[in-house]
Amino acid sequence: MTTRSLPPYARLLGIVAAPADGGATLAMPFGDATLGRPGFLHGGAIAGLLEMAGVAALDAEIAAGGRTVRIKPINMTVDFMRGGREATSYALGTVERLGKRVANVDVVAWQDSRAKPIARAHLNFLIVDDD
Amino acid sequence: MTDPASSSQFDAERFFRRMGMVGHNGALGLRWCDSSDEWIELRLPWRDALIGDEAARLMASGPIFTMMDNATSLAVWQKIGAFRPQATLDFRIDYIRPAKSGRDVIGRGECYRLTRSIAFVRGIAHDGDADDPVAHCAGTFMFTGPAWPS
Repeated sequence: MTTRSLPPYARLLGIVAAPADGGATLAMPFGDATLGRPGFLHGGAIAGLLEMAGVAALDAEIAAGGRTVRIKPINMTVDFMRGGREATSYALGTVERLGKRVANVDVVAWQDSRAKPIARAHLNFLIVDDD
Repeated sequence: MTDPASSSQFDAERFFRRMGMVGHNGALGLRWCDSSDEWIELRLPWRDALIGDEAARLMASGPIFTMMDNATSLAVWQKIGAFRPQATLDFRIDYIRPAKSGRDVIGRGECYRLTRSIAFVRGIAHDGDADDPVAHCAGTFMFTGPAWPS
């Protein structure tokens, strides 16, 4: 799904490409770099996974369309729905619309089951022509 | 601070230095910066490890999200005057402009409204000039237990 290597921030959190058959874009194994209060994922680490999955999904969509553009984040809204536990988290990014100037991307994150999301995000990006 | 009755019993700096620099916060290198009765400031020192856009060498948005979540969370306890367990319900960040590559980012969070179950917060992040912010944020926290006696 991902078309480019993940940036240093994603590597700091231990984020990797998700297994091809799991229906996710990216995965984040639990580790000290993602820990919040004892026993729980930090909300900021979940937000980081959601952001990276949103960017990866949008990159893939842009590449599939053969465009060479840069993307700039405009804003990001996150709902935290369940506490993340000491387990691997998965995130699926969905490009709801890719226009000439703006893209709207939804991302959902879960641990045990896709039916029990721990958080979701909505991200808007500015699309800038490279040339 | 001359009237002890009006000053917060919650020591945000001490709390953050003891509890707030481990785990995810520690991995990002989040630091204490400053505070008043009304707001908390944290600092995110520049590190290449925080880069999200390698071509432009720009910091990812996630570290700023974490800093603002922490600064506003501390601001809630500062306003209450005690620690009270809470969970982030939702959080929104508007990225007004990219933080300049190589610059530390400072985040100031405040709690502007408390109800029995919800705290409403907002804040700004900047890279040197508070009048030229890189981001605005707004969010809500839901209390999950009573305030701890101070």
